[in-house]
Amino acid sequence: MADVEILEILSPGILTSIQDLGRYGYGRYGVAPSGALDSFALRIANLLVANRSDQAGLEAMLLGPAIRALTDIVVAVTGGNLQPRRNKQPIAMWRSHILKKDDILSFDLPLSGFRAYVAVAGGINVAPVMGSRSTNLSSGFGGLQGRALKKNDILTSENHPQPVKTDTRAFNSAWIPVYPNNWSLRVIWGPQDDHFPDESRESFLSATYKMSSDSDRTGIRLEGAVIQQKPDIQASIISEGVISGSVQIPGDGKPIIILGETVTGGYRKIATVISADLPLLGQIKPGDAMQFKAVSLDEARRALTALEEKVYKFEASLKS
Amino acid sequence: MGDRSLLVELGDEISPAVNQRVQELFSGMDSHRSEAILDLVPSYRSLLVIYTPMCISLDEIKASIKDIWNNPNQSRLPQPQTVKIPVVYGGEHGPDLNLVAQYHNLTPQEVIDFHTRPTYRVYMIGFTPGYPYLGEVLDAIATPRRETPRTLVPKGSVGIAQKQTGIYPVDSPGGWQIIGWTPVKLFDPLGKPPSHFVMGDRVQFHSITAQEASQWQT
Repeated sequence: MADVEILEILSPGILTSIQDLGRYGYGRYGVAPSGALDSFALRIANLLVANRSDQAGLEAMLLGPAIRALTDIVVAVTGGNLQPRRNKQPIAMWRSHILKKDDILSFDLPLSGFRAYVAVAGGINVAPVMGSRSTNLSSGFGGLQGRALKKNDILTSENHPQPVKTDTRAFNSAWIPVYPNNWSLRVIWGPQDDHFPDESRESFLSATYKMSSDSDRTGIRLEGAVIQQKPDIQASIISEGVISGSVQIPGDGKPIIILGETVTGGYRKIATVISADLPLLGQIKPGDAMQFKAVSLDEARRALTALEEKVYKFEASLKS
Repeated sequence: MGDRSLLVELGDEISPAVNQRVQELFSGMDSHRSEAILDLVPSYRSLLVIYTPMCISLDEIKASIKDIWNNPNQSRLPQPQTVKIPVVYGGEHGPDLNLVAQYHNLTPQEVIDFHTRPTYRVYMIGFTPGYPYLGEVLDAIATPRRETPRTLVPKGSVGIAQKQTGIYPVDSPGGWQIIGWTPVKLFDPLGKPPSHFVMGDRVQFHSITAQEASQWQT
């Protein structure tokens, strides 16, 4: 099928980029995964428009874009409530909608969460780089020319379904995540938790942290209790691999939660956010409060199974 | 590390022997790669195994690592390739060359001689795409990082940080002492592979003039 022009960016919002579930397998070359920070929201958005859950969509932050449909298309908006509008009229999130040719999808002031995801039936087609369509903003590749979207960009779809189907799909309302202003993040200790004295570990769990405004897609910087490492050890460690969710403690003692744009690092990691809570990291916004709760590997596994069941069950319900 | 990766530590120092073990385990894991393993990130002294916890358990990962570790197959590791890297030292391309020379009471030419003498090992690729961590720099020119990192180090810049030397493959912030610049393109997202170096490669620097660099074809 030939590429069909489906979307025109009228205004890009603060930071809108093309993301899929990430670029894995290239860590040996220093290439970080990138990808949707709230992968749960992108997967559900894709399923709502009858895509595979791993197809590329748009990730919009805080103030969303304005987009014109260049042909009739099916879209779904999930994730943070940035108040999606169709021709200025509010539309429901977590369900599919039809945009007629020349309809405009826009966003109003954010109500909750930080990032919204827009999936389009047929997916967004840009050339995959190292197996992924995700935009690596810091190194400038992937997505559309390796950058955030800007005014007048035209997006295409390779498998644009014609004619557009009229059935609408909705995600189970009981499973729609709630995005608070005060978060509880579950972590597993380590790998360098033994480099911190007991008092530091206790204050890491008892403190309330705030997300700092100098956070970005590379990491969530935290303001709050300073974490001291043991006194008789070197300032940094020998560089090693890191993953998103790693909570690293740099020299100033202010924790940074690594997101998906970093592949190695030389700071100590006191703990790691569990997989089930990773999607939340995409929805915490500057000024939000958070506490950390240490859990066991078994608890982490049960939490992930519960989250994945929502995706699997929803996917299965669409086929029946 | 967390519920979806395992950090396999094979030593606690920067040494060729430890790094060789990491490379062997990495190579073994890579050739027996299951779909449940998302990525492998080898570094100086450890291998990070990132997996899909819904597809494989930690015990299964540990068992497969032990299996590979207990059945070493030296022939798996290819002979390391030696990569020659031309460098324009000093001047606008190497703003910290004089500073490194002064720090050690050397002439800039002596710093160049010391930097081009060893054959370096690529211990790991990290920090930015394609960034090689090379070692070890001779003590005569080992120099601490800059106190204040630069916000922009141009791609191709060759730097020193203590006993490490490296090359910036993309424009990025950086705190290493910049002594030169290479016209060789080190990272190409569309390349197969995308990085000019792989872990375990050997690297030799040699000095060229700015005139020669301008005619360099990669």
